[in-house]
Amino acid sequence: MAVVETRRLTKVFKRGNVGAVVNVDLETREGEFLVLLGPSGSGKTTLLRMIAGLEDPTSGEILIGGKVVNDLSPRERRIAMVFQSYALYPHLTVFNNIVFPLKAQGVDRAQRQKQAEWAASLLGIGHLFSRKPRELSGGERQRVAVARAIVREPSVFLLDEPLSNLDAKLRASAREELEQFQKRIGTTAIYVTHDQVEAMAMGDRVVVMSQGAVRQIGTPADVYDDPADTFVATFLGSPPMNLVPLADVIVGFRPEHFLPAGVAERGGAHLSYRFQISHSEYLGAELILYGTIQGGALHQKKVISRIPSTHSAGLTDGSAHTFAVAESDVKFFDKQTEKRTAPRSLS
Amino acid sequence: MAPRRARTWVALIVTWIVRIVFAVILGFPFYWMLITTFKRTSDLYNLDNNPFIFNERPTLEHLRLLFTETLFLRWVGNTVFAGAVVVLITLLLAVPAAYALARLTGGWGAQLGIGIFLTYLVPSTLLFIPLSRVISLLGLQDSLWSVIVVYPSFTIPFSTWLLMGFFKSIPRDLEDAAMVDGLSRWGAFVKLMIPMSTSGILTVVIFAFTLVTQEFVYALTFISTAAHSTVGVGVPTFLVRGDVFYWGSLMAACLITSLPIGVLYNTFLDRFIEGFTVGAVK
Repeated sequence: MAVVETRRLTKVFKRGNVGAVVNVDLETREGEFLVLLGPSGSGKTTLLRMIAGLEDPTSGEILIGGKVVNDLSPRERRIAMVFQSYALYPHLTVFNNIVFPLKAQGVDRAQRQKQAEWAASLLGIGHLFSRKPRELSGGERQRVAVARAIVREPSVFLLDEPLSNLDAKLRASAREELEQFQKRIGTTAIYVTHDQVEAMAMGDRVVVMSQGAVRQIGTPADVYDDPADTFVATFLGSPPMNLVPLADVIVGFRPEHFLPAGVAERGGAHLSYRFQISHSEYLGAELILYGTIQGGALHQKKVISRIPSTHSAGLTDGSAHTFAVAESDVKFFDKQTEKRTAPRSLS
Repeated sequence: MAPRRARTWVALIVTWIVRIVFAVILGFPFYWMLITTFKRTSDLYNLDNNPFIFNERPTLEHLRLLFTETLFLRWVGNTVFAGAVVVLITLLLAVPAAYALARLTGGWGAQLGIGIFLTYLVPSTLLFIPLSRVISLLGLQDSLWSVIVVYPSFTIPFSTWLLMGFFKSIPRDLEDAAMVDGLSRWGAFVKLMIPMSTSGILTVVIFAFTLVTQEFVYALTFISTAAHSTVGVGVPTFLVRGDVFYWGSLMAACLITSLPIGVLYNTFLDRFIEGFTVGAVK
């Protein structure tokens, strides 16, 4: 187990261009499951590859277990990585794929066998030992890739979107499995994904990235409930946070906090608005309402509301109702910097 | 049910017709060489005879002539030796060059690769003049080593270009994984890239070797002594005397030299080409 740290880590692929990763400061905690979350092109995979040693940083430092590893090759960093494509060696059997890192380290045959069996038993793939990767299903390949990564008990576990090639149903179960598994072996893991649901469900902490920079680091609840800027506010959550420009600030509140007056009132100060529904989407468990606010400071602003379908009575397209949002749920962002600013009065 | 069964029958018959037609076309030269090898000369030259069968008793005379009155075995030996050395030189230079061009030099790699391939397109009849000067400077006239030095200049560019394609088709993730798993770049190259490019490397081996067996112009001009000739030059020069063609012995020589290459081709190539990168990355 080890702590991974980056100090002002930067990667510029083409001189003169904007960096793929810009001044990233990051520190994992011992045994933590840290998720790098961002849209494609946000630099999360490049950051992971730099930690793995597959990409040379343009500037900055990478530390693993307190030691600067910038000049160490991938194999000297004692890390393991699961690739998005799994990168199983096609000419080797599952068993030989799993023991490949051990062979490279010069572990003797008996020990290799023992460790391969241990890794396979953790993932339930012992019966696949003699198969070739092309004879495996997507889920089995993913397990073999994980087994190959854990077999030599690495100090850090890097995962690059390992679930993105699985179908939706398998992904949910593999997600839970992987999370449980990491808890059990207790190895620090850095996990890259563009899927916010994965990030929220799996991460001890989430690092939200955009355009090569870290926008916010925090627990899933932190980044969801207290977004540091408008990017984080809109990237997390579906539908995203309502952002309404007002004078020199942007007012933000989550669709699920903007509820019919009767449903919303749970004590505390509330802001009430007349909400004209233009159209709605029925999603089974919930209802998404699109419309505009009538009157008050937010007159004619477009907002979205997300309510449980059990409270949908009477909320037809074209009708207007009183909706409310708790004052504590309203966030304010600076119009210039788009960063969070102090709350102010809206009434 | 009935029409479907009829359809599969038709498909089967058509498939077999195609197979048989191609087998006959491809097998015919070998049959022709084989039958001519054992035909008496009188049978061969009588236009009233059916040329596809033996009209007289078969003979071993042509084989006797080939093996006892020419240096055929010597030529075969020379060719195998030159072929082996050329293959070795080609692999030693082309495999690392192709890997470097495919992986390490970024955008330059592709252009350099095309440049190398273009040199292969320069006709050998043009290169022949400067190369003969080089050979005489090196003092290799009338030596088997003259062709051993010259042939890699054709085999390396083509093989580099061919192997580049193979290395490029191997996903980069596999190499990255091997390096994370504890290999150096060199280790990943030797233990991963080479085993995974076996089909490409075999193609190069066969290409380089067949080039040595069939090349004529250089082998004829650089080497004048019969004892130093390759089979491609020795057979036509010593079995075609003026307007006399020793057809039986010529065909015997062709058959004996082409069969091993044919067998080599068929046993290895098919087996290695398929399924090498399937299932590696999705």
